[in-house]
Amino acid sequence: MDVSQYLEIFLDETTEHLQNLNTQILELEQDSENMDTINEIFRAAHSLKGMAGTMGYKRMQTLTHDMENVFSEVRNGTIKVKAGMIDILFQCLDALEEYTTNIRETGDEGTNENAPLIKMLNDVLNNTSGAKEQPEKEEVKKSEAETDANGGKKWLDIKLNSSDRLVIGEAQKQGKKVFGVTVKVQESCLLKAARAFLVFKAIEELGEVIISSPSAQDIEDERFELDFSLVVITDVDVDKLLGAINNVSEIDTAVADLINLDSMQSNEERKSSADHAENTAKNEVKAAGPAVSGQTAVAPAADKKQAAKPSGGKPVVNRTVRVDIEKLDVLMNLVSELIIAKNSLVAASTGTSAKSGAAAQSGVNEQIEYLESVTTNLHESVMKVRMVPIESVVNKFPRMIRDLSKKLDKKMELYMSGEETELDRTVVDEIGDPLMHLLRNSADHGLESAELRAQRGKPPVGSIWLDAYQDGNNVVIEVRDDGNGIDTQSVKQKAIERGTITQEQAANMSEKEIIDLLFLPSFSTAKQVTDVSGRGVGLDVVKSKIEALSGEVEVKSKYGEGSTWIVRLPLTLAIIQSLMVVIGGEKYAISLGSIQTIEDVLPEDIKLVQNKEVINLRGSVIPIIRLDKELDVESAKGKDENMIVIIAKKGDKTAGFVVDELLGQQEIVIKSMGKYIDNKCKLISGATILGDGEVALILDANALI
Amino acid sequence: MDELRVAGETTQYIVIKLGQEQYGIDIRYIDNIVRMQHITRVPKMPAYLKGVINLRGEVIPIMSIRLKMGLSADEETKATRIIIIKLEQYGTIGMIVDEVKEVVTLDTDTQVEKIAYDKDDSNFLQGVGKYDGGLISLLDLNAVVQEKV
Repeated sequence: MDVSQYLEIFLDETTEHLQNLNTQILELEQDSENMDTINEIFRAAHSLKGMAGTMGYKRMQTLTHDMENVFSEVRNGTIKVKAGMIDILFQCLDALEEYTTNIRETGDEGTNENAPLIKMLNDVLNNTSGAKEQPEKEEVKKSEAETDANGGKKWLDIKLNSSDRLVIGEAQKQGKKVFGVTVKVQESCLLKAARAFLVFKAIEELGEVIISSPSAQDIEDERFELDFSLVVITDVDVDKLLGAINNVSEIDTAVADLINLDSMQSNEERKSSADHAENTAKNEVKAAGPAVSGQTAVAPAADKKQAAKPSGGKPVVNRTVRVDIEKLDVLMNLVSELIIAKNSLVAASTGTSAKSGAAAQSGVNEQIEYLESVTTNLHESVMKVRMVPIESVVNKFPRMIRDLSKKLDKKMELYMSGEETELDRTVVDEIGDPLMHLLRNSADHGLESAELRAQRGKPPVGSIWLDAYQDGNNVVIEVRDDGNGIDTQSVKQKAIERGTITQEQAANMSEKEIIDLLFLPSFSTAKQVTDVSGRGVGLDVVKSKIEALSGEVEVKSKYGEGSTWIVRLPLTLAIIQSLMVVIGGEKYAISLGSIQTIEDVLPEDIKLVQNKEVINLRGSVIPIIRLDKELDVESAKGKDENMIVIIAKKGDKTAGFVVDELLGQQEIVIKSMGKYIDNKCKLISGATILGDGEVALILDANALI
Repeated sequence: MDELRVAGETTQYIVIKLGQEQYGIDIRYIDNIVRMQHITRVPKMPAYLKGVINLRGEVIPIMSIRLKMGLSADEETKATRIIIIKLEQYGTIGMIVDEVKEVVTLDTDTQVEKIAYDKDDSNFLQGVGKYDGGLISLLDLNAVVQEKV
């Protein structure tokens, strides 16, 4: 069956189910007895399995099937939810997400079997049947302790089948030496597979490698953690063998010893049940091999490699928006109204000759007004179709904070509000990364260590808030934490150290200017580089990304009390309501969203404060910006004439723009000014085409203030 | 571009006039030729960037080759045209020229010569074409458009 036509739906629904699972499992972690949550998880896992099966994604199906098994036991009450299990489940979700990404990019789920994960799931199940009910973590510890007992000689864990045994026995009879070798590479080693290959090569010069664990293929694919074990037949003695191995750089330790077939056998007996046939033991080596040495970290490492491969190619699936059918109905209605309006216009214009001039004119005007209201509504509806709630982006954050909390060993809680706030699809897609950076920043730099929190009398659990709401034509997303806040002194210090600013400059800088330094490329105040943040590639990326979306970032911070990062984004990028003005004979548009009021100001009302022009407007002092000067044109107005001042607002700052003339409000379509000119002029945010075909530029009030 | 051409290949050029001199623009880059129209000035731009125009619903930046080459400012006449070119690196750009004359076909081998000038505008040329007893300076568009460092 050709299922490619369902691929888009499959991907959409899978993403939804995965998100749902993430949320539900988080809930389960809080309240492990909640039957509704467990049922919901079971249903989602079941649907996932069904969909993956239908689409022919076998590996995905297997994994979800095993997950479903676990949930089904949980639902029946035979297994209790434990911390270890939650971790495994989250790893499963990550693995499933990997699959989904692979499918989206290449149309294929990839080759990662995720065997360790499946084994762990089965362990969870088996534990119950054995009525042991040991938490997974203890299980892990136990097996670690076991390997430790062998003194790092992990080759003792290699299970031999009969033919291996025969070979070893034969070799020993011929007087050759058979060694078990365990090699551990250094943790900092970047190319483990390459090192392992060199070790293999070194050994093969001296003898023959007959067995390796993990398998040679896995080692080649870097599917092992830090160590691997080999059985080697050779003529040379142990020192020479170890010498050859240690000659390879970046090898931490190498242990080797003669193999005693009896000890290997007893080892096997200890591990597997007494009636284990040798053939099944051989089968088990495959499944258990990576699980024994690799434990959990194997899966993510392999995942990463897989994800890196297909990227760069064009995604197989186009981006889509799911549209509420009601929104489409409204659109359809409006389009039919548009047609009626057009017809009426035609009728009105053909009727002109018959009727007297004035009557005909009013008829046409009436129709134009009707047309105008239809197009405005049409615009609104189309915009709504493109709007999606930011929910889809922010929903992954609770999980991220949970993981971060474990990783950083800080207790923290994320509170979110306004997930239903809607934004243009293109913006929503892009906003995820910057928000993630800000949250990580708050978690890592913002929140203090437990001791410091106790000292400052703050609750031990740090709080991070993510609030989204609509503010006029903007959507505001705030990331707030009750942590340390920005230490401006240390930022200053750092900036001087780096030579970004001089001592004198530093002394004269305002609090805000210092905070702005944080947004410079490669500026990070974290003393320690962690893999969460601290490389200084975060905030400047955040800023440029948000500015690319015509938004802006603002920071408010109080040292010792926490900081707030405010991201302001335009509701839509394509069409805005604007005020058309004339400055020195040129037409400009100013977005209505930023305009507060329009004032008529007498020239004598302008005062000078610190050599800057201000007006006193109903008690507040507002700086005046003469747009003619900013735009290098001559104002057409005389000095003594009353001035038209547009009061605009950006965040909590206000300014007044002096213009020559107001033309009125107009809905304008924002056009790019072309590659060559775009972004070269900071004051201009774009261009638009007026009714007469002329181009008018859109003034960026934000840049002017 | 030149290196890629096979021997004996011909290239078509549109011949334009800037003052008294004739220049050739490779026809493959040319999207359109339109009459002079109102150009909306964009503030804070270098002088040679005259502004933007509306070309069938698209906003297109317009530059003056004369100003870019250090010649005197354009004088608008009936013959003045805007040549719309498309470049991979810079997108669509309009260029003001005094006059558009004709299309010529030049044999890359025999009729085009790469000459190193030491005049100021030398870096805007990729060669000189010989045609009908006259000489046509062949413009290197990327160099014309490129911003001065």
